[in-house]
Amino acid sequence: MTIADYAFYAFALVAVAAALMVVTARNPVHSVLWLILAFLSSAGLFVLLGAEFVAMLLIIVYVGAVAVLFLFVVMMLDVDFAALKGEMARAMPLALLIGVVILMQFALAFGAWVQADGALGLRQAPAPDPAAVENTRALGLLLYDRYILLFQASGLILLVAMIGAIALTLRHREGIKRQNVLAQMYRDPAKAMELRDVKPGQGL
Amino acid sequence: MTGTADLLILLPELVLAVFAMAALLAAVYTEKDGLTPLLIWATAGMFLLVAFWIGVQPAGARAAFGGMVVDDAFARFAKVTILLSAAAVLMMSQDYLIRRGLGRFEYPVLITLAVVGMMLMVSAADLMTLYVGLELMSLSLYVVAALRRDSVKSTEAGLKYFVLGALSSGILLYGASLTYGYAGTTSFAGILSTLDAEVPLGLLFGLVFMLAGLAFKVSAAPFHMWTPDVYEGAPTPVTAFFATAPKVAAMALMARLAFDAFGAIPGDWGQVVAALAVASMFLGAIAAIGQRDIKRLMAYSSIAHMGFALMGLAAAAAGDPRVAAAGVQATLIYMAIYVVMNIGTFAFVLSMERDGRPVTDIAGLNQFASREPTKALCLLLLMFSLAGVPPLLGFFGKFAVLKAAVDAGMAWLAVAGAIASVIGAFYYLRIVYFMYFGREAEVLDSRMAPAQWLTLTLASAAMLAGILNLFGVEPLAAMAADSLVR
Repeated sequence: MTIADYAFYAFALVAVAAALMVVTARNPVHSVLWLILAFLSSAGLFVLLGAEFVAMLLIIVYVGAVAVLFLFVVMMLDVDFAALKGEMARAMPLALLIGVVILMQFALAFGAWVQADGALGLRQAPAPDPAAVENTRALGLLLYDRYILLFQASGLILLVAMIGAIALTLRHREGIKRQNVLAQMYRDPAKAMELRDVKPGQGL
Repeated sequence: MTGTADLLILLPELVLAVFAMAALLAAVYTEKDGLTPLLIWATAGMFLLVAFWIGVQPAGARAAFGGMVVDDAFARFAKVTILLSAAAVLMMSQDYLIRRGLGRFEYPVLITLAVVGMMLMVSAADLMTLYVGLELMSLSLYVVAALRRDSVKSTEAGLKYFVLGALSSGILLYGASLTYGYAGTTSFAGILSTLDAEVPLGLLFGLVFMLAGLAFKVSAAPFHMWTPDVYEGAPTPVTAFFATAPKVAAMALMARLAFDAFGAIPGDWGQVVAALAVASMFLGAIAAIGQRDIKRLMAYSSIAHMGFALMGLAAAAAGDPRVAAAGVQATLIYMAIYVVMNIGTFAFVLSMERDGRPVTDIAGLNQFASREPTKALCLLLLMFSLAGVPPLLGFFGKFAVLKAAVDAGMAWLAVAGAIASVIGAFYYLRIVYFMYFGREAEVLDSRMAPAQWLTLTLASAAMLAGILNLFGVEPLAAMAADSLVR
C-alpha cells in the first residue's frame, strides 16, 4: 500500500465515523462539530482524487459558512431534541426493519453490478483532458459553457427559495418604529427644538 | 459550445423567466401587494401569448445546449396545455385571492417560475435537466401551498408537501445516479444507446426508483398519500393549479423518460406503469366514496384520472411503434380533457361560499339546482364528463385509453379500468343527486366573478361541443406522440 492508500482509508474511516456521530450525538452542538469533521475528511478524499478545487470549495463553503450557520441555528433555536428523539424511538423498530430490507436489496443490486460496455468512454466524454487543463479551469468550462442552462436554472431555483423564504416568514408588524433615512437627512435642526423662556413659578 | 441558436430554441422559457423577475422587481419597488390584480392578469396574458407563440413554431425536433433540452412536437403539445391551463387558473382565481386576503404579489411570480420549470421538464433530454426543471416546479409549488400562512391547514399542507416532495426527489435522484452508474452518461440519447435486451439488476433499480419519484409527482397510487391533505389544506386557487398544469408536466415527463431514455426496454417500465395505473384507478375510485369535502374528493378524483392516463402509457409499452404511438396519443388526449374538466369544476369550487366564508362540504350542494339552475346544469355536465358518461367529452378520453389498452393486447387492464370507472361514477353522480334531489338543508351561495362564470360555462360547453371533433386535439396529439415514439 502506498501512502495515498493509507490516507484514503484514514479519511474514509474518519468520514464514516464522524457521520455516525452526527446522528447519534446527544448534544446538537456536538453533532454540528462532528459534521465539520465529516466535511473535512471528505475534502481530504477529494484531494486524493486530484480535485483540489472542489476540496477547497468544500472547506470554504461547507465548513466555513454552512456548518457555522448550522451552529448558530442550533444554538438559537430552542428545539427539544430529547422529545424528538422520544418520538423517533417509537417508530424505530419499523424504521429499522424497512431499512434492513432495503439495505439487503441494495446489497443484492450491488453484488450483481455491471456497467454498460461504453460507459467509461461516455463518462469521460464531457470533461476536458485532465492532463491539459487544470481542474478549476475544467470546471469553469463545464459549468459556464456546456452546462450553462443548468447553472442558470439552478439560479432560478435559488431565486424561488429566496422568494419563498421571504413570502412565508416576513411579517410587517404594525406599531413599531422604523428608521426613515430620508426623514432623518431632511430634518431641519432649526425646527427640531424650540426654546421657551419659562418664568419661575409658572408652567407652560 | 453554447450559442445564440441554443438561446433561440429556449426563448419562450427565457422570456417567461425574465418576465417573472421583472414582475417581482416592479411589485417590490412600487405598490407591493396593491399590484397583484394587475400582475395576475399580466401573467395570464403572458401565458396565453407564449402558448400562441409556441403553437405557431415550425414543426420538427430541435436539440439545444448540447443535447440538454429538445424542442419537439411532444414538448410543444405539453407546453401549450400547461400554459393555457395555468392562464385559465390564474384568471379565475384572481377574484378569490383578492377577496380572501391572499393577494400576495409573490403568487403570480411563483406560478410563472413553476411554469418555467414545467416547460423545462417536458423538454428535458438529460437527467440533469429533468431534475432541475422538476425542482424548480416543485419548490414554487411548496411555497404557494403554504401561502395562507396564518392557517394551520395551509401551513401543514405546505410542510407535508415539502417533506414528502423532498423524499421523492431523493428517490428520483438515487435512481438517476444508479442509471448514470450503469450508462456513464446522463443524456437520454446516451442512456438509450447503452441499453440492450439484457437489463442488469442495477439499472432496473435505477429505472424503478425514477418511476417511483415521478409517480409521486403525478400522485399515482401508492405514492399518493400527500394528495388529499395538500389539496384540502392549500388555498382553493392553488389546489386548482395543482390539479392541472403540474400533472400534465409530470405525466409528459414520465412519457419522455420512458421513451427517450428507456425506449429499448419497454417491457420493464411497462409493467411498473401498468401496476401504478391499476392501483391509482381503484384507490381513487374507492377512497373517494367516503369523502365529504369537495377538495379532498377532487384529490382522489385526480388520483383515479392519473391512473387512466397512465393506462395509455402502459399500453404504449407494447412493442409495435404504431400501437405505442396510439398509447401516447391517448394519454395526451386524456390529459388535455382532464385539465379542461378540472378547470371547470374548480371554477365552481372557488365560488362555493356561505355568509361570505368559503365552504367545501358537498352537503352544502343540497337543492342547489332550484336556486341556481344554470350553474347546477354546468356542474352536472362536468360531473357526468368526469365520470365518463357516454355522450360527453370525458367519455372520449376514457375511450381513447381503453382502446389503446385493448389494441396493445392488455384487455385485462381495460376491463380493470372500466370497473374502476363504474365505481368512481358513484361519487360524481352523488354530487349531481345532492344538487337536484337532495334534502333541503343549509344551502350555499355561489358568488362568481365574471372570469369564473365564463370559465365554468366555457368548460361545461366544451364537454358538449367537444364531442364533434375534440377541438382538433386528436391530430395534434397524434403528431406529438409520433415525435416521441420513433
